[in-house]
Formats: sequence, structure tokens, C-alpha cells
Amino acid sequence: MSAAKHKRIGAEAVEVKGWLGAHKWLILRRISQFSILALFLAGPWFGQWIVKGNLAYSYTLGVLPLTDPYVALQSMVTGHLPETLGLIGMAIVLAFYLLVGGRVYCSWVCPVNIVTDAAGWLRDRLGIKGSAHLGRNTRYWILGMTFVGSAITGVVLWELINPVSMLHRGLIFGIGTAWTVILSVFLFDLFVMSRGWCGRLCPVGAFYSLLGRWSPVRISAPKRSACNDCMDCFEVCPEPHVIRPALKGEGKGIGPVILGPNCTNCGRCIDVCSKDVFTFGLRFNNPVSTGQPAVAQPEAK
Amino acid sequence: MKPNTPKTGAARRQFIFDSAKMVCGVGMLGLGLGLYAKQSKALPALALRPPGALPEDDFLGACIRCGMCVRDCPYNTLALAKPEAPVTTGTPYFTARNIPCEMCEDIPCIKACPTKALDHSLTDINKAKMGLAVLIDHETCLNFLGLRCDVCYRVCPVIDKAITLDMVPNTRTGRHAMFLPTVHYEHCTGCGKCEKSCVLEEAAIRVLPPKLAQGVLGKHYRVGWDEKAKAGHSLIDESKMLDLPDRIPEGAVLPGHYDPASGHTESMRGMPGIEAGAIPSQPPGLGGKP
Repeated sequence: MSAAKHKRIGAEAVEVKGWLGAHKWLILRRISQFSILALFLAGPWFGQWIVKGNLAYSYTLGVLPLTDPYVALQSMVTGHLPETLGLIGMAIVLAFYLLVGGRVYCSWVCPVNIVTDAAGWLRDRLGIKGSAHLGRNTRYWILGMTFVGSAITGVVLWELINPVSMLHRGLIFGIGTAWTVILSVFLFDLFVMSRGWCGRLCPVGAFYSLLGRWSPVRISAPKRSACNDCMDCFEVCPEPHVIRPALKGEGKGIGPVILGPNCTNCGRCIDVCSKDVFTFGLRFNNPVSTGQPAVAQPEAK
Repeated sequence: MKPNTPKTGAARRQFIFDSAKMVCGVGMLGLGLGLYAKQSKALPALALRPPGALPEDDFLGACIRCGMCVRDCPYNTLALAKPEAPVTTGTPYFTARNIPCEMCEDIPCIKACPTKALDHSLTDINKAKMGLAVLIDHETCLNFLGLRCDVCYRVCPVIDKAITLDMVPNTRTGRHAMFLPTVHYEHCTGCGKCEKSCVLEEAAIRVLPPKLAQGVLGKHYRVGWDEKAKAGHSLIDESKMLDLPDRIPEGAVLPGHYDPASGHTESMRGMPGIEAGAIPSQPPGLGGKP
């Protein structure tokens, strides 16, 4: 991986599938993120009140309540139960992410994802190497801390500094100085720690990871025998540790479905793979052996 | 997620150290957040919560910062606090001097709230207690200067109940009355219209949190005239009341002094600028409240 020979991530896929084909899921994701934002902004900007509120709680067309279960749970441990609509909204959101994968929130909804993706992209473009190390489990500790802290202080603790809600609320209700928080997340990811915020610190993502632990919608690598070890998927993935078992587990009797709860179902691995190894699928469709019966040969070439 | 079950001593040590690292690091973050949370409970005196808001301690736990109350407020009174505001980030508040609460009868802000941060059992806006108005400056209030401004009294949605004009003699001129705006806490909703409308450059009447605005009588205190009204008669036998001799120089005249022995009030002759016979009927300082 010498710097001179360093090809941009996904360059091979662009050659094979064309630019559009190599960015399909990324484009769909951006459309999803910006559409959701646009729905929220249509009210304050154009007076079209389709959705009111923000990601903590919203009310769509006067019928559909949606509540962020993480915020609501923090509120609940302080001893305050939401009203009926708030509870219904919570149930709907929980059910949805239980099905499609918790961290779909992170990659398809969360506005901070655009910021940290931008930082990750720029990091690659600038060739910034080296990164402060922090375990990927840190976020679960922070998640636990926010619940314990909320219970002790009686304040919805993470909402005091949560960049996710600060950004989303800021865009809709006026950002004030919240942009400094967002900028610091961007710079942190860019210079301090690769994929630091979403991949190691953010307890919102940790919460949704746990929520999507058993979700059926998964990314799978059914054509993993076609893998040519270009490493692009590992490079582009915000949570690369989830790929290895599925992609390289043939010999260890591990099926091709990515079961790691941290997988955000962002689909970038599908995009950047020139061999079309990955695809969206269901967790049940997880045969131990895929492709040619190469059997117990550890990825024989 | 679960660490491998430590089998060897080295692995166990590593596991313990890793856990200690997390507990300490995240603990520090938590401590900082906790202290910040503690500070955030101090709502600045001039920031008011929407009607029906729980006390600040509870409010910060119940409110999920969604802004639904802000959206459904027809007068744009409410705003969500930005990080630089002195109010906890993301929570709704208003500043009476900017836009006061218009006290909608259907209270849309409460209806919009998906939590119990705004008390849904509050259905009569006149029972709201967003704060209490206090005529805070007796030196610049125009009515205290003897003029008839009356604006706070006129704009009060609970006129003649929450704010009354209490007549007292103007001792400066000696011949006029002052109509002092007086807030009655059982009726004041803290909407802030008085503060908004005060004609001074800085409002002399302001809506403050009840805790700042109100004194509390000692629990053992009994107000004699209330008890008398309740019982229908005085609780003490007035015939047995002792009138101790007044320790004043012989022959001195105390204007306005009530002498229980004779049962009359000394006239105010001798006061500068007041001629005998032209005395106000009430001694200075006693309100004209019915």
C-alpha cells in the first residue's frame, strides 16, 4: 500500500461498473438523508407542514408520531413517562429499526453521518495516516454512562451535548453556535481519529447497534469466493471489523451474512466492490458454504 | 461486544486494565456531564417556561427537546434554546420582554407536547403559573411617581384580579393619590404581558420564577383578621387586652398614632405641609384595598 501506488477507494469498481454503479447506495443514502431533512424543513422554510418537530420526536401529517427511543429512554430513567403519542412513536421507531437494522438510522437518517463521511472522504483524499486509538466498545460504555447519569442527575444527560440532535435541531430551529460542535466532530474525525465519532464514541449509534442486534435485513457476501482482496470494502467501511467474519469466514464455517451489530447497512461495500461480492439480503439466508465448494481451504487462491 | 472470557492470568489482567481504562475515561466524561447537568438546572430569572411546565428539576428530565410546543405556538412566543443561550440547550422558553405568552384558551403548546414536561392536566390557562409578575422597581414606576401610567394594569389578561391599582396618599405632594399596581399571586399566570408593555426603557414590572418572587410565611403564622373572619369573632378577648403605656415624652403628639385606650387616631397636625383638618383618611403606608 505505498502512497505512490495508492489508488482511490473504489477506483476499480468505477472502472467496471461506471461511476453511477459504484455510487448507487451512497446516492440513495444521501437522497434519503436529504429528503428526511427536507421534510422537516418544508414547514419552517416554505410553510408546508408535513413533519413537525425534530428527530427526538416528530409528528407527520397529524397522524404519525415518531419518537427517538434513546432520548425517550433517558427521559424515562429520570422517572418521567412520555404521553401516549410519545410512547406510540417510540414503539413504531423501535419496531422499524428492529426490522431493518438499528444502524440504518446512522447511515440513512442521521445528519451527522454526512459530516463524518465527509471527514472520512477528506482523510482519504489528503492521505492522512495515523489515528488516535480508542476501542470500538467505548460507545457502549458512554451509552451506559448516559443512562446512569440521567438517572442520577434527573436530566436527559446526553441531550446536553448530543451533536446529532444539536445539528438536526439547529438546522430546523436555528443553529446558533451549535455549528462549532459539528465542526469539532468533523475535525476530530479528520485529524484525531479515523471514524472516531460514529465508530467509537457516539452512544446514539451504540444504542441503535444494540437495537438492531437481531434485525433480519443484513448485508451479505454471497459471492465471497470472487473476492480479489483489493481491500476497498475494508477501506470504505465505517465499521470494517464487521466485514471480516462474513467475507473471510468460509474456512471457519461462518456464513456470508454480516452479523456484526455495528454494521450500518450503508451499502458502501456493495458500491466499491468491483466483483459484486456484497448484496443486501436477509440474515436467514446464511449458508455456511457459498460459491464453489472450495470446502475447508482457507480462501485458496 | 462481550470480551472473551479471560482464561489466563495475563488476559485477565489485560481485561481488568481495559475495563479500568473505560470506567475511568467514561467516568470522567460522565462527571463532567453531570456537573454540567447540575449547572443547567439554574434557569435564568428572566427565561420563562411554557404554561404547565414542570418545575425545572423535573422539566429537564421529562422534556425531550422536540420543539413541538414551539411549532404549535401561534404567536412565535416560544423558542428552543441554542447552545449559547443561558437556558438548557434544546429546551423551550420565552422572554416576556420580547414576546409574552398570549394565553390561548386551548393551550396548543401543552397539547403538542409528547411528554409530561408540560402538564396535560392544565386545561384552564388562567391557572397557569409560568412565573409571577413583580413590580420590582418602586423608584422608576410611573405610578409610583404619582402619574397615571397604568399600562401594566390595562394589558393584564386577568385585569382587576392579577393586577389591581391600590390607592394610597401621595405624601410627596400631600394632596394627591398614587395608584400603585399591585400583583396578586393567586391570579397572576406569569404571561408577561405587563413586562412586555411597561413603557420604561427597562421594565419596572417583571415576571420572575415564583421561587424568586414570593415570600413564604412561617407555617405557624396566623393572620389575625383572617382567623377572625373564619371564626366569626376575634380569637382573643379584646376586653382583656392590655394597653401598655406608650414610652414617649410627655405631651408629645404622634401624627397618625392609634391609641387603643381612647380608640381614636391622633390627627396629623404638625406634619410639614399638612394643615390640620385636611388630613387623609388613611395613614401612609396602608393600602386602600377593599
